[in-house]
Amino acid sequence: MSGSTIVFFMLATLTLISAVLAVTTRQIFRAAIFLLFSLIGIAGLYFWMQYEFIAAVQIVVYVGGITVLIIFSIFLTQQAGEKMPKQQIGRQMFSALAAFCGFALIMLQLYKHSFTATTEPAIEPTVVNIGNQMLGVEQGGYALPFEVVSILLLAALIGCIVIAASPNPSNGGALEKPQILKK
Amino acid sequence: MLAPGLYHILFISTALFFIGVYGFFTRRNLITILMSVELILNSVNLNFIAFNKYLWPDKLDGLFFTIFIIAIAAAEAAVAIAIIINLYRSHHSIDVENAEEMKY
Amino acid sequence: MNTFLLQIRLLQVLPGNAGWMIALIPLLPLAAFVLLGLFGRKYFKQSAGIIATILLLASTLLALYTAYGYFFEYGKMDGVYQKLVPLKYTWLQFSEGVSIDMGILLDPISAMMLVVVTFISLMVHIYSLGYMKGDERFATYYAFLGLFTFSMLGLVIASNIFQIYIFWELVGVSSFLLIGYYYDKPSAVAACKKAFIVTRFADLGFLIGILILSFYSGTLDFNTLIQRLTSPESSELTAALSSSFLGISALTWGMLLVFIGGAGKSAMFPLHIWLPDAMEGPTPVSALIHAATMVVAGVFLVARLFPVFALSAPDALNIVGYVGAVSALIAAVIACTQTDIKRVLAFSTMSQIGFMMFALGVSKYGGEEGLGYTASMFHLFTHAMFKALLFLGAGAVIHYVHSNDMKDMGGLRKLLPITHITFLIACLAIAGVPPFAGFFSKEEILLAAYNHNPAIYWVALITSGLTAFYMFRLYFSIFWNKAPARLENLSRPFGRAEGKAHGGQHGEGGVAMMLPLILLAIGAAAAGFIPFGNFVSSDGKVLPSEFHLQFSIAPVALGLSGIFFAMAIYKKQNVLPDKIAASLSGLYKAAYHKFYIDELYLFVTKKILFNLIGRPAAWFDKNVVDGLVNATGTGTQTISEKIKSMQSGKVQQYGIYFLAAVIGLAVLFVYGWK
Repeated sequence: MSGSTIVFFMLATLTLISAVLAVTTRQIFRAAIFLLFSLIGIAGLYFWMQYEFIAAVQIVVYVGGITVLIIFSIFLTQQAGEKMPKQQIGRQMFSALAAFCGFALIMLQLYKHSFTATTEPAIEPTVVNIGNQMLGVEQGGYALPFEVVSILLLAALIGCIVIAASPNPSNGGALEKPQILKK
Repeated sequence: MLAPGLYHILFISTALFFIGVYGFFTRRNLITILMSVELILNSVNLNFIAFNKYLWPDKLDGLFFTIFIIAIAAAEAAVAIAIIINLYRSHHSIDVENAEEMKY
Repeated sequence: MNTFLLQIRLLQVLPGNAGWMIALIPLLPLAAFVLLGLFGRKYFKQSAGIIATILLLASTLLALYTAYGYFFEYGKMDGVYQKLVPLKYTWLQFSEGVSIDMGILLDPISAMMLVVVTFISLMVHIYSLGYMKGDERFATYYAFLGLFTFSMLGLVIASNIFQIYIFWELVGVSSFLLIGYYYDKPSAVAACKKAFIVTRFADLGFLIGILILSFYSGTLDFNTLIQRLTSPESSELTAALSSSFLGISALTWGMLLVFIGGAGKSAMFPLHIWLPDAMEGPTPVSALIHAATMVVAGVFLVARLFPVFALSAPDALNIVGYVGAVSALIAAVIACTQTDIKRVLAFSTMSQIGFMMFALGVSKYGGEEGLGYTASMFHLFTHAMFKALLFLGAGAVIHYVHSNDMKDMGGLRKLLPITHITFLIACLAIAGVPPFAGFFSKEEILLAAYNHNPAIYWVALITSGLTAFYMFRLYFSIFWNKAPARLENLSRPFGRAEGKAHGGQHGEGGVAMMLPLILLAIGAAAAGFIPFGNFVSSDGKVLPSEFHLQFSIAPVALGLSGIFFAMAIYKKQNVLPDKIAASLSGLYKAAYHKFYIDELYLFVTKKILFNLIGRPAAWFDKNVVDGLVNATGTGTQTISEKIKSMQSGKVQQYGIYFLAAVIGLAVLFVYGWK
């Protein structure tokens, strides 16, 4: 039992427990925090697998960006302290069953399959290598996807602004919104 | 105990995926549904990295996929939040049971 | 002249050519029907009558020519009248021997009927020129008359039993159309429906009879059928006689069922209920259809199949006789009480047809024994003349007085002289007073009955007496009795329809109406002297007609006493009729209400048939059959409502279905794919 094994199991436990709690707890703020811990656990796993760059990106973007965004939206839309209504027991049972069936199926298939590793010499996932390949234009270069993703990010940015913009009161609500009141 | 290898990581990622699926089906709040979707995406990331490390260490394709997925997930989360806010303005609630205008 | 002789010679040598000429006889009225039916309303509004009459005149001349040729030129071979088939066309072949042919059968009775039908129809056509003048649907009326004449002529020359059935139904349809001619009168509509339904009901029996006969004889052709079912050594006959149902042989059943069809059409008891109501039609129609031609179709049918009746199914023939006698007596009793002229004449028709029926019923086949057959056909011939005359005369009276009821008439002999004389001749003929036609034919019938069935003879004698009585009751009530009634005091005002047609003129009626009366009167007077046995007899051989003086005394005396009794009561207006009616009150009331047979029918249909069969069938149809169809619809709707709820608008539910389907497919492919 080496130290890396122990670390691995601790990280795995943290991730899974937090994930389960995130989807079952009835207080929304706690769900967000549990999600945060789950994401940190995954970042830890990346560290354990010695893919530090990705771990860092995970922490910066996911933990520091998306989770904060989620927390902001929680505050913007409702009281963070209220308990959320529970789902009907039938739905919970059925979803748990479906999820479990899917999980069992996939694990069965995975265990049956023998993965053969390649014998080529390994490339270290250092920042230098990543950077070269990201912006490279020869075979195996990711310059084009990089540009496309940046356009996507721009579009997302503009879209968010348009969708979430407040309606102009003097225009009688210029942005088209369904004026459906709560039933 | 066996030394943790590919199968363990795959176990974790599969479990995460189905936990996310369960959460997606069960949760009533739009934001919590979004959180479940993030869990799913993360499980996919873990998968990619695991395969990259254990099966094809001579390439970095898995890693790049992961980077791009993270970027896209961030954009998607942002847009989703914007939509949720918009929905909140018209329905005054973010209970997904109230957003059933696409009924028959 | 040369060509005329040449034609006759051709007929002698090649009767085949005559086929087309004879076929023309019914086709000319059919052409009138088509022409006037399609174009009459627009183009031939005034001239429809003339066109139809001319076509029918041509048809009558052809019929007379054919009859002349048959009886005097080529019909007889070795002293026996042959059944010739000038034309035969196979229309629908069912199997080896069984086929529906359209053909012409020429034998003594069809030749005679050709003459009768065309002549009476011609008289009615001419009469209607005056009677129906000014009617809005003048062309339609003549179209229907043409249709009827075509159908009746087709019926009498039919060579195939199914062909006769086809024309039988056509005649029923024409009768329906003509009775319901005044279609805005509810009573007329009810009457035409009643006539059609009762005769159609009887025709069910006819059809089953046809099927039985054709099954056992293996053919539908008249000549072949008669030959197979009468010759003693034929296998078909033995088969038909040996198989029996409820103790009666199959052949007898077949003949009885065929007779039922005939009884319906000829208004025999108990299928007579339609005939009095059929008087709702215009009077010339009553003269043509319900006196002279259509109602004798039943008699004609029995005569056509007479060899089979007489030789192979004598029990059926007995029943024919009894039914005829009973009908004759009942009708005569009822006729004594009716006050509507046309009803009296309708019951008189029923009575006389009863005479014809039982004359056939008592007849045997061949030689002297076959006197009944000849007498029946003779009576048919003379009856056509005087009954048509009676109806047309009644029409003239109705036309003048604008009412049907005897109470509104009286003392008309000075005002309608020609009608008076011709009506008198007809009444004398029907009462059996010599030397008019009715005497000769009735005497032969009574002789035949006397020789074979004394019971029927006495019934017939009493009926003749009653006939004389009620006919002269009618005569005296119309033309004597009291002074002519004033038009304003009518007891039953005329229907709008018939009164409007003549524009209110109060003369006797023009040439068009008087000419047929005169011609028919000549016929009624002179027809008795035709030696009918020389032409028509049961086996085709000549039957010399004799005159038995002693035998005729009883019927003539009875007839004359009936006439004098009527004269005593009705010539001058007095209270005697009412006193007699009061003394026989029960019988009188029953007879006045036609022995309540209509009420009985209504009771059976409404209370029994409708409730026991109609209502359950309707319930079944509405709830089970419709219910099944409705259930299919409702079931589909319910299922679709359930399926509809699957589209709930909830994304999570869609997600669950999606995942479940994916897992299912994955399992299928992983574990099920071979």
